[in-house]
Amino acid sequence: MSAAAQITLSLVALGITVWVIRLVGLRRLRSKYALLWLVITVPLVPLAAFPAIVDETGDFLGVNYAPALLFSLSGLLLLGIAIHYSWELSRLEARTRQLGEEIALLRARLDDADRGDS
Amino acid sequence: MTAVAVIPAYNEEASLGGVLDEIAAIDGLTPVVVDDGSTDATAEVARKAGVACVRLPFNLGVGGAVRTGLRWALEHDADTVVIIDADGQHDPGDIDALLAAVAAGAGLAIGSRFADDAGEYAVGGTRRRAMGLLNRIVRMTTGFGSTDATSGFRAMSRPVVEYLAREYPVEYLADTVEVIILVRRSGYEVVEVPVSMRARAGGLPSARRFRLVFNYLRLLVGIAGGVLVGRRDGGRR
Repeated sequence: MSAAAQITLSLVALGITVWVIRLVGLRRLRSKYALLWLVITVPLVPLAAFPAIVDETGDFLGVNYAPALLFSLSGLLLLGIAIHYSWELSRLEARTRQLGEEIALLRARLDDADRGDS
Repeated sequence: MTAVAVIPAYNEEASLGGVLDEIAAIDGLTPVVVDDGSTDATAEVARKAGVACVRLPFNLGVGGAVRTGLRWALEHDADTVVIIDADGQHDPGDIDALLAAVAAGAGLAIGSRFADDAGEYAVGGTRRRAMGLLNRIVRMTTGFGSTDATSGFRAMSRPVVEYLAREYPVEYLADTVEVIILVRRSGYEVVEVPVSMRARAGGLPSARRFRLVFNYLRLLVGIAGGVLVGRRDGGRR
């Protein structure tokens, strides 16, 4: 990889990191989700600048083609994030249903109170 | 002057009654219990004591419960709000000192276990270092000499309540530490008042150790975001 490509990729990773933290400050992103993405983007900054780290780690772990290590790792992380989203979504669905039930019960109580008045 | 005592409670049937009794003895203070989706008789205890009780349909965490309490206080024209735990750790006898600090012009008064030797409250090594780190973060970002940033025993003026009813960060740790930074950066005065803490009368500690690292990192991201954006929008949003 050329030095220019290394610097560019590293800057892109840094830019995404700053952008994610900025979104938290603007209250557009909750800090727990930001943390998830930072786990990916922060290690990318040095990795993009010094790709030799990937090769050396690959050698150390006995992996023939080091970039495959990177791909499988990122694949795993993205899978983890996807599962986390399904979990959060399930929780949200349960809560929306509960809210609907609460409102229905409150309506029934209001109706009862109205009948009591008249 | 109307002061409202917001009491977030999650499964605190054992200790809530005692806390409500002590609060009832304080003049001019309207208590409100925010039942944070309890599965025990917490709401029943509040009802029997004749205290207003806001019941959340599910557990929102301390931050979410406090935020709900702040909104209740605004709707009931409170000009000062004090937040006190339902587990009996906070001594209602210290409420007057907190309210006095707000009456003297502070936007946020924090009851500190360590401000002086107000009481003997021992904490373990790891926990003490962790709390020291949080105090240092508050000092670095605001210059406020915090000694007990995670204390949830606080009083605040109406403008701060109005601000926090919109901006209150509901995550654990952020609901105490980040709030200090937000309030201070919005230009309000923050002070500490020495308080004594008692052993819990009931209930379980809300922080589990294995979540601590995650909670700290999350807090740091939140604070970093605030610093990066330079949010100082006290009354603007």
